Amino acid sequence: MAYSDKVLDHYENPRNVGTLDKNDPTVGTGMVGAPACGDVMKLQIKVNDAGIIEDAKFKTYGCGSAIASSSLVTEWLKGRTIDEAYAIKNSDIAEELALPPVKIHCSVLAEDAIKAAVADLKAKQGK
Amino acid sequence: MTTGRKPIYLDYSATTPVDPRVAAKMIPYLTEDFGNPASRSHAYGWVAEEAVENARSEVAKLVGADPREIVWTSGATESNNLAIKGAAHFYAPSKGKHIITVATEHKAVIDPVRELEREGFEATFLEPDANGLVSLEKFKAAIRPDTVLASVMFVNNEIGVIQDIEGIGNICRENNIIFHVDAAQATGKVKIDLEKLPVDLMSFSAHKTYGPKGIGALFVRRKPRVRIEAQMHGGGHERGMRSGTLPTHQIVGMGEAFRIAREEMDTENERIRMLRDRLLKGLSEIEETYVNGDLVHRVPHNLNMSFNYVEGESLMMAVKDIAVSSGSACTSASLEPSYVLRALGRSDELAHSSIRFSIGRYTTEEDVDYTIRLMKEKIAKLRELSPLWEMYKDGVDISKVQWAAH
Repeated sequence: MAYSDKVLDHYENPRNVGTLDKNDPTVGTGMVGAPACGDVMKLQIKVNDAGIIEDAKFKTYGCGSAIASSSLVTEWLKGRTIDEAYAIKNSDIAEELALPPVKIHCSVLAEDAIKAAVADLKAKQGK
Repeated sequence: MTTGRKPIYLDYSATTPVDPRVAAKMIPYLTEDFGNPASRSHAYGWVAEEAVENARSEVAKLVGADPREIVWTSGATESNNLAIKGAAHFYAPSKGKHIITVATEHKAVIDPVRELEREGFEATFLEPDANGLVSLEKFKAAIRPDTVLASVMFVNNEIGVIQDIEGIGNICRENNIIFHVDAAQATGKVKIDLEKLPVDLMSFSAHKTYGPKGIGALFVRRKPRVRIEAQMHGGGHERGMRSGTLPTHQIVGMGEAFRIAREEMDTENERIRMLRDRLLKGLSEIEETYVNGDLVHRVPHNLNMSFNYVEGESLMMAVKDIAVSSGSACTSASLEPSYVLRALGRSDELAHSSIRFSIGRYTTEEDVDYTIRLMKEKIAKLRELSPLWEMYKDGVDISKVQWAAH
């Protein structure tokens, strides 16, 4: 399978790999996918008092496109508000990485991971 | 890691390079001694026929057969088709329409059996034990009064395990069942003596044993005589069992490749076993790795391992500096886990993250050491990325996690 240069770049040099403290009240954690399906994404965001995402980290078990999709969104999330983060669409991710049709589900999973992380944060903060 | 050069070849179970000694022997039969071995009226034909018969003797010698028991084909797939359909059709009227084979057979056995099912035959696909081996008890239990044919491979292509061909063959003899063995992965790797082995039909391929692609053979026993129905009709070549002009150069190549295998297999296998053990030792230093298939009843050429908590496709991307096979067949839409590993009871995840390393004549110690270093580095990198690895390290039982299906 031929990967785009952007996918290869994120795969070779993934950005923001790591883990934030999931018990921190300013951290939202989203874990989506399933091992049997071949992808699991964990995305974490840390939000400051102004509601801006100041840090984002990911870990992904999955193919090159899944790794690239989650690596890309961590770059995009930093500096955005929660609402802006929520507005990121899988089609934006797929377009940026030039994902082939069979890999669109990787971008869908990345969008789901953002939404799950935001939902976790909101639940924690009682909003 | 260096790139820009050819990856290290560790896929000898997929195919082998033609040994230069084999290639040298083949060439004159393309340009000078190009005659049709079936031409009886001139020297061109006689020279070609002599070369074909010499090669037939060499193939026969490697496996302890009589040259008259060797039928040339285009390769093991054709040999399997000819043996399975040919024997099933010939013997069904007198014996019945039930066939026994194994779930881990090559597709070139599975698919002809499936085709016979469409024609009205019934088939039992035996599940091997978790080590990949078929137990004799299980085999016996599958036999019916109308069982006409059994087909069991000698050496498995994915996991390299060696089946108890003698044991299964004896059971077939006692029950008057025609026994076919796909030996494509066995020649030059295990000793085969058809004078003693209770096997009726055996398939061979040249290109797994340093011969050219496009040529193979089928052993058809003469005593007691085994009959098959031809699948290819034409000039009545190969005593009517397989028509078609014989490709002299290919046949010469197979003969030479099998001669070399016979003379060198003892020393070669010892060297390959040393390399495989070195690879196994190195890779076993990586945590959470699993060898697929029995390690004792196994050819030394094969090592099939699963690397837990890394995903198959990203693993294949990571190891592009070595030419290996994955336990996942990457179909257009999704990853399909290996049906062989599934039959051993491996989970989808472990089947996906498996790699088959197959070692051969030109593998060096440096190749093995490079592979160990590469695997250690890449597995560590992918695990650093893997949330599953993190959970495993935190003591979470991943099988108990409720995953949201998607």
